[in-house]
Amino acid sequence: MCATCGCSGSAVVQLLPAGADRGLAAHGHVHDPGHEDDHSHDHSHGHDSGHSHGHDAGHVHVQDQAADDRTVVLQQKVLAKNDQLAQRNREWLRARGVLAVNLMSSPGAGKTTLLERTARELAGKLSISVIEGDQETALDGERIQAAGAAVVQINTGAGCHLDAAMVAEGLRALDPPGGSIVVIENVGNLVCPALFDLGEEARVVISSVTEGADKPVKYPNMFRQADLVLLNKTDLLPYVDFDAQRHASDLRKISPGAMMVALSATTGEGIQAWYDWLRRRTPAPRE
Amino acid sequence: MHELAITEGVVEAVTDRLPGARITCVRLEIGALSGVAADSVRFCFDLVTDGTDLQGARLEITEQAGRCKCRVCGSEFEPAGPILLCPCGSADISVLAGQDLKITSVLVA
Repeated sequence: MCATCGCSGSAVVQLLPAGADRGLAAHGHVHDPGHEDDHSHDHSHGHDSGHSHGHDAGHVHVQDQAADDRTVVLQQKVLAKNDQLAQRNREWLRARGVLAVNLMSSPGAGKTTLLERTARELAGKLSISVIEGDQETALDGERIQAAGAAVVQINTGAGCHLDAAMVAEGLRALDPPGGSIVVIENVGNLVCPALFDLGEEARVVISSVTEGADKPVKYPNMFRQADLVLLNKTDLLPYVDFDAQRHASDLRKISPGAMMVALSATTGEGIQAWYDWLRRRTPAPRE
Repeated sequence: MHELAITEGVVEAVTDRLPGARITCVRLEIGALSGVAADSVRFCFDLVTDGTDLQGARLEITEQAGRCKCRVCGSEFEPAGPILLCPCGSADISVLAGQDLKITSVLVA
């Protein structure tokens, strides 16, 4: 079983080919804790304590016990390893001048449709590439690629979220230029992805009017960490029973600092505010 | 079900720190605001430790209560649930405790 996410096999990372050929252009397995990438970091495990493993909890204390067993004090965060890898991704992205956005929502809220339209409409204006996470298939990656963006598809198998090691592998395959945007489309899930830092600069959560207005209060861990909440499918508002006022006031309770933008990825209504948000955060291209 | 990944992370962290040691007990601290369900970790633990140095180990979980401070009225309070609202009605709060997910110690045979 995979050591990071408990899935039955390793996640598969593939760079989708630019042409019609849908074979595996670059294919690798992630999760090897000692994985090598060509980031500008010392990969001996990123700390200088001389230990052979990446932890930041300091020393191991041993206390003698009356019983035969002895207690070893660890005081170690369970997600320390993912957090370290995420920080490494973050430093690499910053050094290169790349904006990374972690895009999350429940399945079917419109992540892929939003990215298709974004890639099409910003072509020639902003450089966008996508790390696409799904349990299986390259269907979403192929949709986005057809819209003009470079795509790395990550299939997590049984895994319910992307983690920082998968994203490191994806970034290496994508090799995004300075001054560009990498959108990480997480596995459709409002629970698990909230816990895993990927090294992103901002978290964007999509809510949609077909889901019901109570999503922020039902999934507070996800919405609490959002920098931007996109309320999608506004073109369907006349046909569904969606209390937009309640959604907005609940969201303010969960995440007072999050910005909210209402839009329709299908018709393009309101989408300019999303493009402006991206543009404001994108680093200037370097010479 | 990210608790499966979390529990795998526990096994990996312990075996990384104490290679080859036979572990008889693992003590975890799970904060009420950590987003991790203690019951789900318990459910996964035997499955995930099977065949590892932690096989057969006892799992002890201490659940740490949440603690918040209101930025508007300044009072400290324990949130009633995952929605962090001060009794004064403000949602502008900072979390002081309860977000951690830690391996505090293990017992080695």
